[in-house]
Order: sequence, then C-alpha cells, then structure tokens
Amino acid sequence: MSRRPKVLAVASGGGHWIQLCRLLPAWDGCAVIYVATDPAFRDEMRAIARSRGNPEPGYYVIPDANRWQKLKLLKQLALLIGIMLKVRPDTVITTGAAPGYFALRLGKLLGARTVWVDSIANAEEMSLSGRQAGPYASLWLTQWPEVAEPDGPHFAGSVL
Amino acid sequence: MIFLTIGSHEPFDRLVRAVDDWVAMHPGVEVFGQITERGAASYAPKNFPWVAKIAPGEYQAKVDAAEFLIAHAGMGSIITALRANKPIVVLPRRGDLAETRNDHQIATAAKLASKPGIFVAATEADLPAQLDAVRAKGGQIDTALVSPFAEDRLIAAIRGTIFSR
Repeated sequence: MSRRPKVLAVASGGGHWIQLCRLLPAWDGCAVIYVATDPAFRDEMRAIARSRGNPEPGYYVIPDANRWQKLKLLKQLALLIGIMLKVRPDTVITTGAAPGYFALRLGKLLGARTVWVDSIANAEEMSLSGRQAGPYASLWLTQWPEVAEPDGPHFAGSVL
Repeated sequence: MIFLTIGSHEPFDRLVRAVDDWVAMHPGVEVFGQITERGAASYAPKNFPWVAKIAPGEYQAKVDAAEFLIAHAGMGSIITALRANKPIVVLPRRGDLAETRNDHQIATAAKLASKPGIFVAATEADLPAQLDAVRAKGGQIDTALVSPFAEDRLIAAIRGTIFSR
C-alpha cells in the first residue's frame, strides 16, 4: 500500500471547530494534522485518533481572528504559510472561517486537493469566506440544499 | 442547574441581562453562566455565578450536569446540546445590533425551531415564557438524538475527494 494521504484539517474556534470534529471519520486511515485556534483540544484529538486506530495526529495552534482584525489575520496567514510549507498536505479540509480560507488558498497554490464545508449556521446564503473559497475548492459544499447551485456550492448532507 | 452559554466570540448582553432578570423573578433557580467578557461595557449578572471563559472539559461537565441550556443560536451551542440530549432555549443574535456579523442566527434558529428539544425565543421579551415552559416540563422533553458524527453521505463525499486518484 502507498503511504497514508496527508490531510490538513483547519477551523477557527467555537462552532466551526465542533463541526470539523463531526467530519473526522472522513480522514480515518490518513495522517491528519489539525490547525486549531485553541490548544485545549489537543489531548481530545489524540484520544479520538487512538480509539479509532489512527496514528497520532499533528496539532498546530494559531491565533483566532475575524475579518476585521487585520493584524491578527496577517499573523494567522504567516503562521499558516509556515505550516503549509512544512506539512505539504495532499488535502486541505476546512469548515471556515478566516484560517480555513487562507489554508484552502495556500493548499490550492501548493497543488493540494481542497474541501470547503460551509458552516451549517449559513442556512440562507453561503458565508462570505465560503463564497470566496469556491473557485479554489475541489469539493465546495453547503450544508443546506436550498443554498446549493448547479455549479456549486453543492449539497452532500450536513453535520447533523 | 441551568447552563447559560453565549459562545466563544462576542459578548451578548441582551441575553445575559434577560436571563439575569428572569432569575431575579425566580428565587431558587440555579443558573451558571459562561458569558465572554469583552470590554467594560459588558453586563455583569447580579443573580447568578458566571465566568468569561471555560475549558472544554469543564464546559462539557456543565452541559452534562445542566437541566437545560440557554444560549445564542450558534451551531456550536446547539450541536453540543443535541449531543448531550439536553433541551436548549436560544435567542438569536441580531446583525443590526452588531451582536454578530449579520442575521444568520435568526435564519438558523427559524430552520431548527422544528427540531425536538430546540426552543427559540424570537426576542428577549419572549425568553421568560420559553424558559418557564421548558422548566415546567422538567425532564419530560424529547430531544433529537444525534450521532457523534456528520451524515454518512457527507463523510463519504469528503473521503471521495481525499482518496480519489
């Protein structure tokens, strides 16, 4: 068998992270590296990986930042560039928001496959970062059938 | 104990104040709040203990111990309640009051209001009635049992991308 696919899984805090964790069977059998905005989940991610028979995951912490915090965003971007060059993932997966968008764009530049799962919180329209990520996403998903379009975003189920 | 949580990002004084007023009218009701302090303008509850930030393990312990949750209509809070099989009363944040970036919580709450165990207060004026109703039912509320993970078809779609050649 060839080597395990390397997956970089990225999300900002709160609901984005909780939703990312609900996707984790998708990378069973892969070498996953998480990028989180809170160090507090490291042990839990290790324990889950162990219980599912997966290798120990990587875990990077970057500062959280929203669209209006320009300096923090720059720091986030700089750290993500470093992580991306070091990890060289085969696939980047994110549920948003800002760090996920950066990671997806960087992943695309480096030739990785990219997956955007827009938050289930966006029931009427795609998030702004989700819309901007669309052209760079190999798999571009909304969690609401009403939001899906023939050319994407597509609907393939939800985290609930 | 009733667990009030407003998420990890912005303060939500409108909800915290409404819960504080409700507790004042209901002596003996125990509430614990996680209310994200940011700036001196944030409202500090007078009638129940609270913290600004809470570690994930402690957060889960509060959820597990709670009779029900009171929260903003954030998906993190809602998914947490569904997973723990606890009813949740939500007040959506409003975009025009700069409580969040737009009215997406109002839309989400409207879509999820039909799920068992999710109770939506459209405004802070509706909150006391929702809280009284949930409290009156005690533990006799059906909640939507959810698996720990996303729908199989969503996981399959993502695996398809990871493992495609």
